[in-house]
Amino acid sequence: MFKTPRSRLILIILITGIFGWQLYSEGLKLGLDLQGGMHLVLEVDDPEETMTVEAKADMIDRVDRIIRTRIDEFGVEEPLIQKVGGERLIVELAGISDQDRAKEIVQRNAFLEFKLVLLTTDMTAALSRIDRSVVAALGIDSIRALGADVVASEQSEIVDLLFGGGDTTVTAEQVDTAGVVEEAPEEEDPLDSFQPFSSKLNMGDIPGTYLIALEDIPTVELFLAMDEVQRALPRDQALQWGMELVGRGARTYKYLWVLEEDPFLTGDRLETATAGRDPQFNQSQVQFELSRAGGRTFGQFTGQHIGDNLAIVLDGLVQSAPVIRDRIGARGQIDMGSGTPLEEASDLALVLRAGALPAKINIIEERTVGPSLGQDSVDAGKIAGMLGIALVVLVMLTYYRVAGMLAVGALGVYVVLVLGGLATLGAVLTVPGIAGLILSVGMAVDANVLIFERIREELAVGRATRTAVEEGFQHAKSAIVDANLTTLITALILFQFGTGPVRGFAVTLSIGIVASFFSALFVTRSFFLLYLQGKKASDPISV
Amino acid sequence: MRLFHNASYRFIEARRKAYFASGIALGVGIVFMTLNVVNTGSWQNYGVDFTGGSLIQIQVDENLTAGDLRDALGGADSPPITRFGEESEFVVRAPVAEDGSIGAVADTIEAQLAAAFGQDAFEVVRTEQVGAKVGGELQLKALYAILFSFLLTLIYLAIRFELRFGMAAVIATLHDILITLGFLAAFHVEIALPTVAAILTILGYSLNDTIVVFDRIRENMHTKGARKRNPVDLVNQSINETLPRTVLTSGTTLAVLLALLVLGGPVIFDFTVVLILGVIIGTYSSIFVASPALIEIQNRWGLGRVGEKKKRPQPATV
Repeated sequence: MFKTPRSRLILIILITGIFGWQLYSEGLKLGLDLQGGMHLVLEVDDPEETMTVEAKADMIDRVDRIIRTRIDEFGVEEPLIQKVGGERLIVELAGISDQDRAKEIVQRNAFLEFKLVLLTTDMTAALSRIDRSVVAALGIDSIRALGADVVASEQSEIVDLLFGGGDTTVTAEQVDTAGVVEEAPEEEDPLDSFQPFSSKLNMGDIPGTYLIALEDIPTVELFLAMDEVQRALPRDQALQWGMELVGRGARTYKYLWVLEEDPFLTGDRLETATAGRDPQFNQSQVQFELSRAGGRTFGQFTGQHIGDNLAIVLDGLVQSAPVIRDRIGARGQIDMGSGTPLEEASDLALVLRAGALPAKINIIEERTVGPSLGQDSVDAGKIAGMLGIALVVLVMLTYYRVAGMLAVGALGVYVVLVLGGLATLGAVLTVPGIAGLILSVGMAVDANVLIFERIREELAVGRATRTAVEEGFQHAKSAIVDANLTTLITALILFQFGTGPVRGFAVTLSIGIVASFFSALFVTRSFFLLYLQGKKASDPISV
Repeated sequence: MRLFHNASYRFIEARRKAYFASGIALGVGIVFMTLNVVNTGSWQNYGVDFTGGSLIQIQVDENLTAGDLRDALGGADSPPITRFGEESEFVVRAPVAEDGSIGAVADTIEAQLAAAFGQDAFEVVRTEQVGAKVGGELQLKALYAILFSFLLTLIYLAIRFELRFGMAAVIATLHDILITLGFLAAFHVEIALPTVAAILTILGYSLNDTIVVFDRIRENMHTKGARKRNPVDLVNQSINETLPRTVLTSGTTLAVLLALLVLGGPVIFDFTVVLILGVIIGTYSSIFVASPALIEIQNRWGLGRVGEKKKRPQPATV
């Protein structure tokens, strides 16, 4: 296979295309040292070292779960949360502006509550009151502006809802101007037709829930945060968000739950929670145990509310809401249904444990890099990198001429493979990573140099062109293989032992070595075969 | 264009001079490391990555000097302040309090600066705060990683070549790392994580260079009539044959690194310096340390063949 230069070329183009596309579509992520951002390493507080390894690992699992619950609070895209070695947690936030707030979010104690789920009909009467209070508090113009904001990024149908339906050709710009009133004649009685809040609520498929479309979430959040709206809610009732986004048809929604405001039990009464599988009915379940006092409260409450839903709320977000089937005392069990994977049960058990015992978390490492510093580094690195590449190209071309050109082509393929490989693995480029790249570029160039020098030697002892090239590749191979393999061994060890930046070095180096291997022994060779095509065995070559 | 074509330098004969040069370099390094221990209590200028502590990098108004900052941070009691790259950027380092939160020191420094110059006179562009425990672990891990990679390299080379090739390669790499460490100690270069990556790069580069020469020695050992040749000649010939490649590869790598040094900016400056040094030492050691070591090992302990395939015709020795 791949005997002919043509089939080799097709393979090269194919592979380069795939990795090039990966690089183009995924993009190369920069590490925090280059991009700017915040890097936190957290550890469970255990000054006397009294905790067992398992207890620590469980604690880290819980902290991990808690921070994931708060992920939206950081206000950055794609925060990275990673467990390290069972006792540490790394949180990486790209481009964070408020460091103290980020630290507070990470270290704040988790708060677990059990609340009764009410029916949406309990809320119906209050909805028009909320609508009116929003209109009264914000005024029609600012609600319009708000609506326009949402419209600008989404569809115009929200405008229809906001303005009681009508002209679908109204654009964001028009809404923003005062002239919109003339264009939307339905608004003769604005106060009644305005339903800024309730128009965004869709009836949920679980009792006691509304579904809010993804694009409406910020607006609804804003309304809910207003004091006027909170006052307009019925006494002892609360609207609280669900944890996750759900897909219904083509659209994405979030649940908004109608709950009793006061929890009847909080997480500190919970002793243990474990996930398991009921072999008889083949379903996942969570078993939990409450303290004695907690068991009494729970028993009394569940006895009165058989058939109702019970919301498990962590940090203000509803995580799950099982139906109460029976009176439950100090020991209980939540059945997840037969189709549910064990992971979901484990996750719920984790949620319960997360709120049960507040874990004290220490920040043992904190790094921030301002965005300007990061940007300066990237700019400088780019210019330096370009000059470096230009120098390599210059040397190869003047020294090896046509063969140098082939090598430059192969190095071009190499660069695409390495960067595309990094993008595919989702690896981030850090300063140590650049070191790894330099070393592997060096090795890629070196491999070509080894081959060309060898070809020259073979030509010098009087071999025919074709034989010299064959022999050159053949003899250079052992040195290239051994050099690359030993370096790869080192890189893999570093990956195993290293943390953070050193790992970044190891990853880029490993990818670089594999790519340089392929580039020198396959790509350069293929280019050489193409170059030799049509030449007679004795024709001179430029190397 | 051809460089060092048909060269025939007597490298191995010059090995005693090389030992002398290497010895001096190592000796000077050890002297500086000792001096560092006496003066600062640590043989290297470990950064906060390893010792734990706080680092704050600030960009200040042009008219503020290091002296002004020092006054603002407590005069004689001020934590060390160093300039970073540009005129108006400074780095303040401070040890982390025993039981305080790791952010406390940095917050204090920021508050002191704000009190002295006002909030707008400076901008914090980078902070690093590392607990002491993490730092200690890092040192140990880096050491383990290097030792372990030595061991595996040794095994790999013993199988692919012979045991003494592996030993010679490890000696050369160790030589490079020690000289680099001496240099770092002499110039008080801060040892941070990127510096460790640079040292590891040197390890890789030096090994790569050595293996290319060894590969040629191995090949020449298996040529006809090699057994009757003087081992020193054989090694010399191998080094000379790979000399064009050695010069070209090192030269190209150095050119790229120089570009990085001049244009790469202050963040990677230290790091690039270490790499440049490493490339020079690594090239030198593959010729003047690794190859002579091979000869010396053979002279003292014989051939010590491991992994030699019996089927092959008996190769020459070097």
